[in-house]
Amino acid sequence: MFDPVILFFLLGVFAGISRSDLKIPGVLYESLSIFLLLAIGLKGGVALSQYDPASLLGPIVVILAASCLVPIGAFFIAHRMGGYSRYDSGALAAHYGSVSVVTFAVATSLLMKQSIEAEGYMTVFLVLLEIPGLLIGVFLAKKGANNGPWAHLLKEIFTGKSIVLLVGGLLIGYIAGEAGSASIAPLFFGLFKGVLAIFLLEMGLVTASRIAEIKRQGVFLLCFGTFFPILAGLLGITTAWSLDMSVGGMTLLGTLFASASYIAAPAAVRMAVPEANPSTSIAASLGVTFPFNITIGIPLYLYISQLLKGVPL
Amino acid sequence: MTQRLVTRQLITIICEAALETELTATINAVGATGYTISDARGKGAHGLRDALWPENANIRMEVLCDEALATALLNRLLDKYYENYTLITFVSDVGVLRPDKFKSAPMD
Repeated sequence: MFDPVILFFLLGVFAGISRSDLKIPGVLYESLSIFLLLAIGLKGGVALSQYDPASLLGPIVVILAASCLVPIGAFFIAHRMGGYSRYDSGALAAHYGSVSVVTFAVATSLLMKQSIEAEGYMTVFLVLLEIPGLLIGVFLAKKGANNGPWAHLLKEIFTGKSIVLLVGGLLIGYIAGEAGSASIAPLFFGLFKGVLAIFLLEMGLVTASRIAEIKRQGVFLLCFGTFFPILAGLLGITTAWSLDMSVGGMTLLGTLFASASYIAAPAAVRMAVPEANPSTSIAASLGVTFPFNITIGIPLYLYISQLLKGVPL
Repeated sequence: MTQRLVTRQLITIICEAALETELTATINAVGATGYTISDARGKGAHGLRDALWPENANIRMEVLCDEALATALLNRLLDKYYENYTLITFVSDVGVLRPDKFKSAPMD
């Protein structure tokens, strides 16, 4: 039933827990993430070349507006219910408001496996949804500060490797189109799932190394990391539903809303909100939400989308 | 040969990798002529920093300078970074050749 890439993740978790000497070098982690970001960007760009960009304007406005609710909701839940400081709540909001590229990749992989089509332009939202969450999270954390870290933060977001590679890949794919990309397709599209599998093995190791921190943080963070994505995912699914998207599109938007960043957000938030404890956000986003989403969340979002669309299961 | 060695200060900063851009800017701002950065791993008050992924990586920054600049840089580190970031700094006296290379005056 499981997509094999998930089994690689579980293998990584097992290796981490059993204190195996398996170690994936940091350089490989960097290389694989560059590959994945470029491949996802390119794939989206090729798909986008079949659409009229102007027709996306409406969905972009609606989806961006809806996405602003995610960091705001995360902030208030963490601050009021969890008792976290303004800084830690803002950092959590920034992580959950932003998106996880690898979770998106796992969702696309699941849809591919089940031969479910999705709107090709979803990658555009992967790029766009990274931005408001970070800005709102940092704004909430820094409310009342005289001089916010805005110039630095914007530079960090727009020149950060995830945006540069995703947007770069999108543009290259869009300009080259399907025929033009044929020469690079074997590397970027053909090897995609294999590379994703190795990356997930590494993520499993990293997730296992967060377990002690999750225990230290307590039950609230565990519940937050599990239930908040479901709430946010439902918002994404219903937003996509209101725009009359396909089951695949609804699942992917649900996944994007539900996912929490652990590549772009930690670096940006660390510099923008230094007062926040980075372990809290990372334990929640990487230690709880990421494994939840790829094992239970994504199949759940697909199931809910199928129910809403009345697709026979 | 050793008679030609002159004493200068070697400042070593071991900190989270996220600080690299900020700290290099600070080192430049106090007037240092250069620095060396290397990747580092280890264990300390913040647990194991194994560099498995970027958020868990450390770097080691080294600056050779004279005493005035060392004081300026340490003050700047104390004011700007010690409260919220993970870093340790230590200073040692080392013998250098061509001491003029490491004798820039603080800019502010």
